[in-house]
Amino acid sequence: MDLGVIENHEADTAAEPQAFLTFTLGSEEYGIDILKVQEIRGYDSVTRIANAPEFIKGVVNLRGIIVPIVDLRLKFDLGSAEYNEFTVVIVLNLRDRVVGIVVDGVSDVISLPREKIQRAPDLGSTVDTEHLLGLGTLDDRMLILMDIEHLMNSPDMGLVETA
Amino acid sequence: MTVDMSQFYQVFFEEAAEHLAAMENLLLGLDIDAPDPENLNAIFRSAHSIKGGSATFGFQNMAQVTHILESLLDRIRNGELQLRAEMVDIFLKAGDVLQNQLEAHQNGGEADEENARAICEQLSRLATSENSGAPLASGAGEAPAPAADAHAVRTYHIRFEPDDGFPQRRANMDNLIEELGHLGRLSILEDGRHAPDGFSEEAAEGKLLWRFTLETASGEAEINAIFDFVAKAGELEISAEAPGSNKAEEEEETAYGFFTDIPEQAPDQPEEDQGYGFFTDLPSPAEKTASEEAEQGYGFFEEIQPPAPTVTAKAAAPLRTAPQSGEKNALASQSESSIRVSVEKVDHLINLVGELVITQAMLAQTASKLDPEIVEILGNALGQLEHNTRDLQESVMSIRMMPISFVFSRYPRVVRDLCAKLGKQVELKTVGEGTELDKGLIEKLSDPLTHLVRNSLDHGIETPEKRIAAGKPEKGTVTLRASHQGGNIVIEVIDDGAGINRDRILEKAKERGMAVSDSMSDQDVYQLIFAPGFSTADVVTDVSGRGVGMDVVKKNIVNGMGGRIEIDSTLGQGSRITIRLPLTLAILDGMSVGVSGENYIIPLTYIVESLKPKEEDVKTVSGQGRVLHVRGEYIPLVALYEIFNISPKVSKPHEGILVLVEAEGKKIALFVDELLGQHQVVIKSLESNFRKVPGISGATIMGDGKVALILDMSSLVSLSRNA
Repeated sequence: MDLGVIENHEADTAAEPQAFLTFTLGSEEYGIDILKVQEIRGYDSVTRIANAPEFIKGVVNLRGIIVPIVDLRLKFDLGSAEYNEFTVVIVLNLRDRVVGIVVDGVSDVISLPREKIQRAPDLGSTVDTEHLLGLGTLDDRMLILMDIEHLMNSPDMGLVETA
Repeated sequence: MTVDMSQFYQVFFEEAAEHLAAMENLLLGLDIDAPDPENLNAIFRSAHSIKGGSATFGFQNMAQVTHILESLLDRIRNGELQLRAEMVDIFLKAGDVLQNQLEAHQNGGEADEENARAICEQLSRLATSENSGAPLASGAGEAPAPAADAHAVRTYHIRFEPDDGFPQRRANMDNLIEELGHLGRLSILEDGRHAPDGFSEEAAEGKLLWRFTLETASGEAEINAIFDFVAKAGELEISAEAPGSNKAEEEEETAYGFFTDIPEQAPDQPEEDQGYGFFTDLPSPAEKTASEEAEQGYGFFEEIQPPAPTVTAKAAAPLRTAPQSGEKNALASQSESSIRVSVEKVDHLINLVGELVITQAMLAQTASKLDPEIVEILGNALGQLEHNTRDLQESVMSIRMMPISFVFSRYPRVVRDLCAKLGKQVELKTVGEGTELDKGLIEKLSDPLTHLVRNSLDHGIETPEKRIAAGKPEKGTVTLRASHQGGNIVIEVIDDGAGINRDRILEKAKERGMAVSDSMSDQDVYQLIFAPGFSTADVVTDVSGRGVGMDVVKKNIVNGMGGRIEIDSTLGQGSRITIRLPLTLAILDGMSVGVSGENYIIPLTYIVESLKPKEEDVKTVSGQGRVLHVRGEYIPLVALYEIFNISPKVSKPHEGILVLVEAEGKKIALFVDELLGQHQVVIKSLESNFRKVPGISGATIMGDGKVALILDMSSLVSLSRNA
């Protein structure tokens, strides 16, 4: 088994299990590094940004900080993009920025031993595996482990200035 | 032992800059014919502190310049040299050189050593050219003692006991000891580094002690200045001994009692008391001539028999307060009552308090929807909360506020130098220096204001001959006035010079092919001055007249600070330039407008007027672009919903509102659905977590906690051109 992928992404040393926050998008289950999560809150009063791609819902006021909100359901075209009192925003604290992502629902925090994680297979051009840490197995479910920081900083998210 | 000095550098840079500024101010305030000895002393102390610090930190070039400067100043204050106007000039130049060197050290650049050498030569020449000036009477000074004693060699006992972080400072001791050595004959009684009793380095970390005796003609202030950058409060004790008395020198205590009739009592005084009792019935003649010196005050008693000598000495100490001691206490308390805090921390605090205010508003809003009975119970507490949050917000905001004297204080120098260059006589008056405004504004204000002051001097104030011919006093006056007016800071630059010639501006404007007419209002004509490249000066001097500047001034004030600038003038009487600024950069006066349910903020400074057009006032050009016809002018109409790609709720201009805005010299009519109200909003950056959005300069949080975007007028104007 190849752990190289994990180690490339600032994981803990040795074989310590890594904790992931899992959430669902449509029928798929995703996991992200719990250390990147700042808080989870409801979805409300988003201010639209002009001429932004559809999946950037706008900005919200998070205790005085202006935080952009990205709807991952729209970005990955998964699930139905409805907004009600059950819509959940995961606020991520990435290295130098705070971003909120909208998902269908937050499920759990799980601890995944290294041997349960494998590198994402090459899916050709249909799926971009660049933002994936790997695939995890939890009971009999497959967990897509996402490198959320990599994803959020990628140019096609339109969140960062592309010089 | 390698020592990381860099952590102390910043402190030195800041302190040295302050000392330099203080020195310059004092120099400018000096009355050449009868200089105040206190001021001379203060100048000397500033120079000396810089010297001590720069030598300690190894900035030899600065130490060198200050050394020469200092020795010259020392002789002036001691009355050995007569102060001349020429000296002040050179001292000021030396200050500039030091400033330059300081900046070079700070930013890692190259100092202008050529200049430094020149100034050193000039200073040395001053020192030698007049060796026998008429002695000036130096009154109160370093030595409050009788004049005869002023230069007497005195012995000081210095006790330096650093309490922590000492390993870093240990290496400085070499420099320090060397510095002390320059003052006079230094003997080291105890050296913390080679402590006896087999102190190991580790054991010594906690407590280290240096004790020196220094025989010197210099005052205590000099010694203090050497320790300035090294010793913290309470670590340093300096006590002076009367000239000639060397009997008690070896004593351990810093307090001395001289009682020959009860000699065994002396060693019994354990107090580290700095008061001295001198008793005239002491048999030793040396001690009888004891002159007073040192900081704590002295008691002189005749015929007091000492049954309880310590008590008497202590109690008596405050009775006679040397002038110096008062001053020192004032200085000490000043330095203790302020702390340096990074702007970042303050901004964070302001941010948090801003949030608290919003939360409080939301709470009040929610409460008002509740059952009236509950509201009544809650009401009091909520009222109190509101009151307290407002108070808190105000005090937190005031942390960032600084008096405008920080800017004003540089102009006496500017005016002085310019007057000399232009051959004019100008008096600078400043009014309202205590007016406070945001630190960020202060920094941005200084350049445009300098420009205005230079302009006033160059173009405004006439030469003395012309002034006399016009029946005005020979000396012109430039007044800088700052005041609060409503939520604004108003800064005026007023001169009693020639005023602005309206016809001349119009003439020049026509020459340059600008669209002007003779019927324009005075205000409009004066605003032409701010056009890029505009100048009416016939001769381009190195002071002004190139026509670059006023446009930059306006740009800085309007775009950079969200302010406005106005000119009033009466030909032959003078002119007044008024700058209106918001109290702080963090807050903006804005008009909130609604477009298809979205809120946007238009900065008020850009808005000319708002109007509801008639259907026939809006015309199309080639079927596409719309223009607004207002008072004979055709203004391009820009619909916000088009620029921001929002599906419009109102698409016919006569059903909505047009806001006429002016930016970058162009007018556009912004088409919005409705005006929602005027607010003061706190500016938040959109870019810290997102990217720059065209047409948007920032965001703010409204009273209901929602985010509203602030429109960037300059970019909207250019966006509309591309659209």
